[in-house]
Amino acid sequence: MHQPKDLFMETDIRLNNVSFAYKKQPILENVTLTIPHREFASIVGPNGGGKTTLLKLLLGLIQPDKGDIQVLGTSPEKARERIGYMPQHAHLDMNFPATVMDVVLMGRLKKSTFWFSKKDRDQAQKAIKTVDMTGSAHIGFNELSGGQKQRVLIARALCSRPDILLLDEPTANVDHETEENLFSILQDLNREMTILVVSHDLGFVSKYVKTVICVNRQVVFHPTTLVEGTMIKDIYYGDLKMVRHDHRCSAEGHCRD
Amino acid sequence: MQKAIAVIEFFQALADPDNRFLAYAMTMGGLASIAFGIIGTFVTIKRISYLAGAISHSVFGGIGLALYLQVGMGISWFDPILGAVLAAVVSALVVGLVSIHAREREDTIIGTLWAVGMACGILFIDKTPGYFSLSSYLFGDILLISHTDLVFVICLDALIVGVVVLFFNRFFGVCFDNEFTLLRGINTTFFYLFLLVLTALTVVLLVRIVGIVLVIALLTIPPAIAGFYARRLWQMMLYSVLLCALFTWTGLGISYSFSLSSGPTIIVLCGTFYLVLLAVNKWIFQQKK
Repeated sequence: MHQPKDLFMETDIRLNNVSFAYKKQPILENVTLTIPHREFASIVGPNGGGKTTLLKLLLGLIQPDKGDIQVLGTSPEKARERIGYMPQHAHLDMNFPATVMDVVLMGRLKKSTFWFSKKDRDQAQKAIKTVDMTGSAHIGFNELSGGQKQRVLIARALCSRPDILLLDEPTANVDHETEENLFSILQDLNREMTILVVSHDLGFVSKYVKTVICVNRQVVFHPTTLVEGTMIKDIYYGDLKMVRHDHRCSAEGHCRD
Repeated sequence: MQKAIAVIEFFQALADPDNRFLAYAMTMGGLASIAFGIIGTFVTIKRISYLAGAISHSVFGGIGLALYLQVGMGISWFDPILGAVLAAVVSALVVGLVSIHAREREDTIIGTLWAVGMACGILFIDKTPGYFSLSSYLFGDILLISHTDLVFVICLDALIVGVVVLFFNRFFGVCFDNEFTLLRGINTTFFYLFLLVLTALTVVLLVRIVGIVLVIALLTIPPAIAGFYARRLWQMMLYSVLLCALFTWTGLGISYSFSLSSGPTIIVLCGTFYLVLLAVNKWIFQQKK
């Protein structure tokens, strides 16, 4: 028998036999997945493989057709406010009149209050500092480079002091150096929180992350030690399913030390 | 010289107690600018001017229905302004829900509502005995402004300023990043529809001044200009309000002095200003490059 207390302490995300279809087209099938606290995982897979769907399920933006999802011991909707979410910045309006501070403060939006307090502003400043953007609070968000915008959006996700950080393609359209900086910031944050990064860029991410979660209708776990060299190329450029067919792991993953 | 005389004559007319309509029009223009500037900013940044257009044309359906019921059926309390407000609010909710749920068909459905609303208005007026000058509804006539309109605009200003001050951060979130705001536990659908209803009420007011056809221009051009210079949302609103008042007042002055229709004068004025500014900005930008 499991010990419920330990389960609650150690497991942040639990998917049990989850299936989801869009217009009768199965996107995810029978996904069982457990993500422990302070995991640093990269969710990879081909376009249309279900990465975004998985993310939306975890945030409770869509409901599974089958199976159940628990996040932080409760339903995704209830856990939402304890999740820091960084969307892709491409969908944001680049002419929107907002300063960095305005954007980061959105992370402090709450149902119960109308205006931001001194504490909200302090937390926002702290989050801006965490992502190495100190001094930029009053700069227009639109004046920033792509990498700086990503960092501001991470700060926004951070300033609600979440238990889980979900990042959707944080390295899209940024140069290599920026990417490196971004991940070293994430590595620091990982001491306090669980981090899930959706990425198509497996090769680079694997240097930092502890686990790779491959999503292509089904979900397969890999500890990063196993993913290297030609295998990365195969996964990235080749047919993921072909590479994976011989490989089945338990929901807990394998080779975890 | 002739121009200077026209300006002097205009101010004399403004001070003349017999010309009360002119003072009303100027007051109306100033007060309405508060609502236009604030709501126009939201419409511009949320990119829903198309929705605002559909709402404004549906207003014509409501006016037609009201005229039909009032004059044709003898229901005397059914004032055109009541019809306009009802049509605006209903179409705002319909258009809002369509834009949330219809996704790929959104454009077509909203375009249809736009045209059907307008056409219904004409059909109702066809069946209403008597003659109605459509042009004051289509292109506005600020010089017909009454005391009631002033009360209406003051109430609307108070409502909009109050609501926006209270919910500023929520509206900001809904306009900038709806999904993220939803994830922070805010009911984004409610605030989006709320914004559309406020837009609808503002559009009714705008119809009095610039008419149905020209509504979108006055709602979006001042914020578009403000957008060049504003770094924050509230600044954009403030600049929009000031620009809108400036255009309305100047436009009214010109239209009075040269016997032109007020609505089109205002629109030509701010439209030209915007396009020239756009060209100048582009030119300067290219020079820098």
